[in-house]
Amino acid sequence: MAANRLVGRSFCGTRLITMSDLKTKLEILLGVALCVVVLYGFLYLEHEWEIGLLLVILPLAILFLKRANILSDYQQAARTIPRFTLISFIVGVLVLIVLLRDEHFALLMLTTVLLYVTVSLGLTIQFGFAGLVNFAAIAFFGIGAYSMAVLNYHFHALPDLLIILFSGLTSALLGALLILPILRTKGHYAALITIAFGILLRTFLEVNDVFGGPQGLKVGAIEILGWNFSDSFPSVLGGGSFYMAYAIMALLLAAIAYLLTRLIEASWFGLNMDSVRLDEVASASFGINIPRWKITAFMLGNFFAGLAGAIYAAMSGFIAPASFNFSDSLLLVSIVLLGGIGNAVAVIPAALLIVVLPEKFQVIQEYRLLLFGIVVILILRFRPSGLMPRGLRQYFPRSST
Amino acid sequence: MRPVVLKTVELTVSFGGLKALNCLDFELCEGQFLGLIGPNGSGKTTFFNALTGIYSPASGNVFLYGEKITGASPNKVYDYGITRTFQRSRLATPLSVLDNLIIGNQRNLNFGLWQNIFDRKRFKAELKKQTEIAEALLSRFSRDLAALLFKPVSSLSMIDRRRVEVCRALISEPKILLLDEPSAGMTPDETRALMDELQDWRKQHPLLATILIEHEMELINKVSDTCVVLNYGEKIAEGRYSDVATKTSVRAAYLGED
Ligand SMILES: Nc1ncnc2c1ncn2[C@@H]1O[C@H](COP(=O)(O)OP(=O)(O)OP(=O)(O)O)[C@@H](O)[C@H]1O
Ligand SMILES: [Mg+2]
Repeated sequence: MAANRLVGRSFCGTRLITMSDLKTKLEILLGVALCVVVLYGFLYLEHEWEIGLLLVILPLAILFLKRANILSDYQQAARTIPRFTLISFIVGVLVLIVLLRDEHFALLMLTTVLLYVTVSLGLTIQFGFAGLVNFAAIAFFGIGAYSMAVLNYHFHALPDLLIILFSGLTSALLGALLILPILRTKGHYAALITIAFGILLRTFLEVNDVFGGPQGLKVGAIEILGWNFSDSFPSVLGGGSFYMAYAIMALLLAAIAYLLTRLIEASWFGLNMDSVRLDEVASASFGINIPRWKITAFMLGNFFAGLAGAIYAAMSGFIAPASFNFSDSLLLVSIVLLGGIGNAVAVIPAALLIVVLPEKFQVIQEYRLLLFGIVVILILRFRPSGLMPRGLRQYFPRSST
Repeated sequence: MRPVVLKTVELTVSFGGLKALNCLDFELCEGQFLGLIGPNGSGKTTFFNALTGIYSPASGNVFLYGEKITGASPNKVYDYGITRTFQRSRLATPLSVLDNLIIGNQRNLNFGLWQNIFDRKRFKAELKKQTEIAEALLSRFSRDLAALLFKPVSSLSMIDRRRVEVCRALISEPKILLLDEPSAGMTPDETRALMDELQDWRKQHPLLATILIEHEMELINKVSDTCVVLNYGEKIAEGRYSDVATKTSVRAAYLGED
């Protein structure tokens, strides 16, 4: 641990490969493997009693993990050996996808988690960095989804990757409508504006026949290089549910979003966004252009949400206004709060907990909102910086020279 | 006489009925060290806020090198080369000391998307440069503080925070420096060390003009070339401290005599 103390300075120093590096790497691999096993069990099991059993074991496991300080080690690893950690996680999820290849529902859930991770990373940039509250995350997700539906239908000749990109851009651009009011208001008022936007958008979609009204729209599947994602997974690759392709795509998107979020944090962009959040008067007095950074953060976050929404739409094959509820926006905000505001690594376990638990427990499902309300209040009261509080900015990992 | 860098003409700031600054005429020359004094609530901080674009004046004008900058936004004012400290410390406390200092050096940072996100080698070189500048500057003021470069500001003592604030204002090598009670809470020794360092900096940057708000008269006497006394938002005296201090109106303002 002593070697880790020096973390901040080392970019000017030289690097020594230490035992503790090797140990951390082993720990990460072990941790990822453990996560894969637990998640596999969790996603795979169907009966409530089986899950109940798992839930009895889980606290014991968590106790063990806590004793081993796994959460903070994991955060530490994400900072000191980021590439290794990211790649291990990507491989871990890929293994999980392969293990679950015939389980439609489990894959659907896994994909949802990954898409929600992407949206939460957008919220991390908006709220965690620049301090912009956004209670309309699901609306921007929805804009991405509807763009995908409409663009895919009308411009079938365009490559689907481009259409996904356009959907993200549409979401970012429509979000620009909110920028003026958000720049002019603060705190609760800004929150109210985003809430109103979400409700208005839903109403707009419901009354507009071009967008299918309350019945919604059908969405074409993603097709890349002649591979139609709605077919089952190519048998050359081992075969499996068509959800596999979407899960892999969502994984890639989440990984890219994560990488971008971290790079933004570790650059002058993140520095200025933090400064804007913490003290606008001081920021302005040192030449920081406050609107510029708020707009950047807001549009980037909505762009992430739009991209995720586009993939979601293609995967579902069908979208309706009712799929984008205000309660889902709350869910996304609570992911960020539970994880640790502004900590990109933290949204991953938080998204898992918040998306998967209620899906597996009908009991929770019914009282979902109530339960999250309580969770959020408890976090704000007892642990305002979340399960994994964000650390100091680290511009470069310790291990690079 | 050296050229005037900053000038205000009949500058007035009001809050509702209260005139916190009333028709203030003021001049600051290149290289000058001006002490701004006055009883509590006399409008000293308000003057800084009006200069830096935080408050917009009700009437009157501000000129920088003869150019009218009245009502310029705070970022504009920073771009002109005016920096400040705040009476009540306004650092980004969860961020590291280094981060806070780099924020002060906005003018010299490269905000290109390519360099910041993709060309990390170049970014690393710039970060290294900024770190060296910050470290060198901090160690002028306190060697111990320079060792805390990578610590969060929230872990620093109030005194160290004040030093960081002064450094944040200096790091971009401003033309005009506005200090609002930078030594509040410091012991006489600490204050002397801070002022010595400031004088040292001024020797290396002879064009820098400074306004210092300070309640400690001894200090004003020692460091200022001239001083301006405010009372109820009006200038009641101006000149060398030794001359000003003997004025009856000044004594009255401070002692509450008529
Ligand atoms: N934002 C504001 N709104 C209303 N009144 C204000 C505001 N800022 C300052 N004032 C008032 O203006 C007057 C001058 O205040 P200012 O802070 O400039 O005094 P000061 O000379 O800096 O005093 P001190 O030595 O206590 O710092 C005071 O009466 C104060 O109450
Ligand atoms: Mg004051």
